[in-house]
Amino acid sequence: MDILRIATAGSVDDGKSTLIGRLLYETNSITKDKIEALESASKRKGLDFLDLSLLTDGLIAEREQGITIDVAHIYFSTPTRKYIIADTPGHVEYTRNMVTGASNAKVSLILVDARQGLVEQTARHLSIAALLRIPKVIICVNKMDLVQYDQAKFEAIKASLTSLVAQTTFEGQAVSFLPISSLFGQNITQAADKMPWYQGNTLLGELEAFEFAESLAHAPARFPVQWVIRPKTEEYHDYRGYAGKISSGTFRVGDVIRALPTGQESTIASIEKFGEPLDHAVAGDSVVITLTTDVDISRGNSLVLASDAQAPQLKDFAAHICWLDHQALSPGKTYLLKHGVNLTKAKISQITERLDVVAQTSSQNVDSLKLNEIGGIQLRTAQPIMADVYAQNPSNGAFILIDEFSNSTVGVGFVK
Amino acid sequence: MTNSTIKDKIGQFPRKLEDESIYIMREVAAQFERPALLFSGGKDSITLVRLAQKAFFPGKIPFPLVHIDTGHNFPETIEFRDWLAKETGAELIVRYVQDSINQGKAKEETGKYASRNVLQTVTLLDTIEEFKFDACIGGARRDEEKARAKERIFSVRDDFGQWDAKRQRPELFDMLNGRIAVGENVRVFPISNWTELDVWNYIKEEKMEIPSIYFSHQRQVIERDGMLWADSEYLNKEADEIPFEATVRFRTVGDMTCTAAVESDAVEIDVIIEEILSAEISERGARIDDKRSEAAMEKRKQQGYF
Repeated sequence: MDILRIATAGSVDDGKSTLIGRLLYETNSITKDKIEALESASKRKGLDFLDLSLLTDGLIAEREQGITIDVAHIYFSTPTRKYIIADTPGHVEYTRNMVTGASNAKVSLILVDARQGLVEQTARHLSIAALLRIPKVIICVNKMDLVQYDQAKFEAIKASLTSLVAQTTFEGQAVSFLPISSLFGQNITQAADKMPWYQGNTLLGELEAFEFAESLAHAPARFPVQWVIRPKTEEYHDYRGYAGKISSGTFRVGDVIRALPTGQESTIASIEKFGEPLDHAVAGDSVVITLTTDVDISRGNSLVLASDAQAPQLKDFAAHICWLDHQALSPGKTYLLKHGVNLTKAKISQITERLDVVAQTSSQNVDSLKLNEIGGIQLRTAQPIMADVYAQNPSNGAFILIDEFSNSTVGVGFVK
Repeated sequence: MTNSTIKDKIGQFPRKLEDESIYIMREVAAQFERPALLFSGGKDSITLVRLAQKAFFPGKIPFPLVHIDTGHNFPETIEFRDWLAKETGAELIVRYVQDSINQGKAKEETGKYASRNVLQTVTLLDTIEEFKFDACIGGARRDEEKARAKERIFSVRDDFGQWDAKRQRPELFDMLNGRIAVGENVRVFPISNWTELDVWNYIKEEKMEIPSIYFSHQRQVIERDGMLWADSEYLNKEADEIPFEATVRFRTVGDMTCTAAVESDAVEIDVIIEEILSAEISERGARIDDKRSEAAMEKRKQQGYF
């Protein structure tokens, strides 16, 4: 059974919470006591229908203001797949949450209000989905019930988005459009009887049909060492195992590897999981690797294939960055950079540009980046990081910046 | 849900979840000086112990198991706890809510809904201070409850153990930032992304031992608010609440005073999973402590609860 992670994004009031509530409701993911709680809460609000948005608007402040202020994780499953939805708020000031929620997603669900069509937020969301290299985008034109399920209205919105979509997508990204009504369950898991003119998949059908991630096993092999296992017991006297989660590619027993940054080479003697020997392991597997020779390897080092001459070691490089903190990014200040499990000091030598993700333009001569702003930077690190170009190998190309004094995660970067 | 889809979901554990949780366990060991695994004897914390074993094998689990004993636990849970610690060779630390009460730091609740669930927080915070734990691993899952759906994997708490939903650090990709100031500590939730069904399927696939009260057995119970409560010396009963024998099991294991039983004949794990899939009551619906108010969990978390 595989796991598909979805990020949802929308603007205020375009019905995102209702859409998720509907998905849960129609996949039988809500138990009777929760539905009863929903009924009484809906009644208290004076509504004569089930307010499915109450299922996900979890925090006291959110219920008071009727908005979503943080990333919530929601789960449902079908017989073939487990789904994890990162429900992220669509307010301008919460772009940071959107990037956060989308960072693990393979599918981005973007909601558009059928009455309003394209708004500023739609452009922002498409740009972020592209920056994060999310392979699949589904644009849901919601609230079709409020435009009398009018096909012309749907087609017009689709047409108005065409040029924007063309500007933002990258090769390999699939974008599809769906007319839906979350409130009335049209085209969510069941075909829309109110829209006979629509012949495509339902939303769930689209998700179930999406194939993903197997390409990760063919990406360059990268194994960041998290922890060195040395039991020093009688049975495992000289045992030295390198524990970690393969970030991309495939490793096999017998592969000649190189440890970075030291450059020492050795051969994989075994790949194990809880003592069980494997002949190979792929991206996403948490394993223990042992080598045929004693090599000096510690946490933060990376194993790559010795044949991989391109394996990168970066100390001075360019990146896109999304700023996540109230205190603006300032060049010259030292931050801690975390790439995978590797931590090193970093200095931003220059901000090269600020991107306007709505207008799709950029401005130079920038001296700071504020919360929710996206830009280009040049950085230098104290120790080299073993990161790939994000667009080529997303699972080994991102890093976070941590403020040394507040310890907050203040930025997320994507190696250019 | 039809029976055929129910059958399809049994024994279907998404293996990637285990890989992610093992990764988190290793990050805890590497990033913190004095981590601990908070062990309650329930299925979620038993799952955590298995994940910790796997993460460091053939080495030992490099942190202790800590149990905050309310004194109102099911005896079967305590027995199981001691067995598991022995079985895994892990260090076990037990601290008692009764001691906090004796020291005047916590006050026993009164009335028919009295429980020690809220009192645990006091003992937990004292234990964290006593051992200077900087990270406490817990078995909370985001699917349990709405406030938990917004919880991070590394959840930073201040000196008073408090959780502030608005001050949470963003967690991007799988990078976990465990840096904290002196006095702060982190609650870590390695099975955040598991659902109740995932846990049960994992227990089944891994052939793990669990306390006997999860399976059907005979027990003296009373009926209250449409639920079955285990009769015990700790339960404050009203005159008309007469205990009777029933065939029950527990879906979740908390204190005897705040965990409701369900009527069930299930003695095999497959049947339990089927019951969960067709259940009409969600898992936390059987936790009486959450019913106090709609925002009960969020309020307890702000005060340092798990």
